[in-house]
Amino acid sequence: MIVQAIAFYAFAAVTLAAAVMVIAARNPVHSVLFLILAFFNSAGLMVLLGAEFLAMILVIVYVGAVAVLFLFVVMMLDINFAELRQGFLQYLPIGGVIGLVLLAELLLLLGSDAIGSIAPAVASSAPTPPINEVTNTAALGELLYTRYVYLFQAAGIVLLIAMVGAIVLTLRQRVGVRKQSVGKQLRRRREAAVELKKVVPRGGV
Amino acid sequence: MAEVGFWGGYAWPALLIALKVLAIVLPLLLIVAYVTLAERKVMAAMQLRVGPNVVGPLGVWQSFADALKMVFKETILPTGANRVVFLAAPALMFTLAMIGWAVIPFDDGLVLSDINVGVLYLFAISSLGVYGIIMAGWASNSRYAFLGALRSAAQMVSYEVSAGFVIITVLLAVGSLNLSDIVEAQRDLWLVIPLFPMFVIFFVSALAETNRHPFDLPEAESELVAGYQVEYSALTFGLFFIGEYANMCLMSALTTILFLGGWLAPFDVAPFTWIPGIVWFALKIALCLFVFVWVRATLPRYRYDQLMRLGWKVFLPISLFWVALTAVVLVVFDWLPQT
Repeated sequence: MIVQAIAFYAFAAVTLAAAVMVIAARNPVHSVLFLILAFFNSAGLMVLLGAEFLAMILVIVYVGAVAVLFLFVVMMLDINFAELRQGFLQYLPIGGVIGLVLLAELLLLLGSDAIGSIAPAVASSAPTPPINEVTNTAALGELLYTRYVYLFQAAGIVLLIAMVGAIVLTLRQRVGVRKQSVGKQLRRRREAAVELKKVVPRGGV
Repeated sequence: MAEVGFWGGYAWPALLIALKVLAIVLPLLLIVAYVTLAERKVMAAMQLRVGPNVVGPLGVWQSFADALKMVFKETILPTGANRVVFLAAPALMFTLAMIGWAVIPFDDGLVLSDINVGVLYLFAISSLGVYGIIMAGWASNSRYAFLGALRSAAQMVSYEVSAGFVIITVLLAVGSLNLSDIVEAQRDLWLVIPLFPMFVIFFVSALAETNRHPFDLPEAESELVAGYQVEYSALTFGLFFIGEYANMCLMSALTTILFLGGWLAPFDVAPFTWIPGIVWFALKIALCLFVFVWVRATLPRYRYDQLMRLGWKVFLPISLFWVALTAVVLVVFDWLPQT
């Protein structure tokens, strides 16, 4: 248990430090790199909890895909963070209030779970399979694709709509762009492309 | 719970794990050294040359001479480079290339860490590889390096998608995320036979993810000099180099496990089963690596828009269709793996 405890405190400490550095770093690229470090250490915390499937998905989706695109954009843009931070003190109170509200909500949720006012209802509606018998990939799959299948599909549709929206917003038809059309190239026949000309000497083509 | 002492409970297991890690990493580095030599020899043979033949008999010490040269050269830090990120990038690349091997089963039960989500772990590790390249390109403070890094980021993210769908197809057919289980499920029939198109797509995606020919646009010599690694010298370059070849080996190992039956003999009868599984595993990896080199010596480099077209407009629809087709076939014929 000591090893787990040490690992937990190491992961948690690095996550917190990295999260602070995300907003404290002067260079935006460093901020994104710290964000990635925070993601990665949260994945470590999930492994310690026994949720290895979620940990791997976190790394694959957030670190492997989302953060790459994030980094991509931040590197291309020339953001001056010092300018952005001008109004930091001005916005501090409202940001602090939002943070406090979120913290209070979290505490309420955890507290109610400990007291047991909501917990039995949740437990009876979604039986968690015993952790020793089923791998948590199988356990998640069994719940997601049976009991919560409609919610799961609804989440998928929301993502699909977001994707279609993003494409519609950014798609623009440019005229005069010479694009390669592979189908057209493959359809081209020798007869249409090559022509044998009889050239008269000194006459030119 | 019984009280365990410091030595019995923590120190000896930790020491044992460290020894096991060494037993994987040291042979791996040696293999990487010889993969570089084999690549040069095979390409030389394909181009009717001799290849390296001066250092040692048939040039067998060539890679060690190169390594020694690399170690003793000067590490140059470019002006205006972001030092910490610049030096962290090759270290990250090398580390990621090594830690993937933690879950690879070399033989029945011969695996450092037999975790339940082995495939996802490997997928996660290979998707992290792009950070080494992006960080290197950005921190170098050089146009060529930055262009190489941007190309690489877009390329690796694109081909990961189709590779992911291929992996899902395999998981559907096997019913487990554990690499040893995946190999065991292929005892009767290697998955390369029923899922041949997926095997091709996976291998091509592996070429793209390791930035190898014909997808080596991130380091295209003729236009970007050497892409993201243009500012690196000495050991920092060496780490990138080793990382790239170790990644090639890792992708070959993954291809072997997913499609070519891992450590299993091609036929489950006497003369084939006498050879130990780890030898079969090594032979199959060698075969994949040979194809990597063969492709490099044969094909010209893709143009960047063609690369993107192949990834998004060809591989993605085909692999998506095959995921659906595999699922339908498994359900209709009631072949779903029972867990």
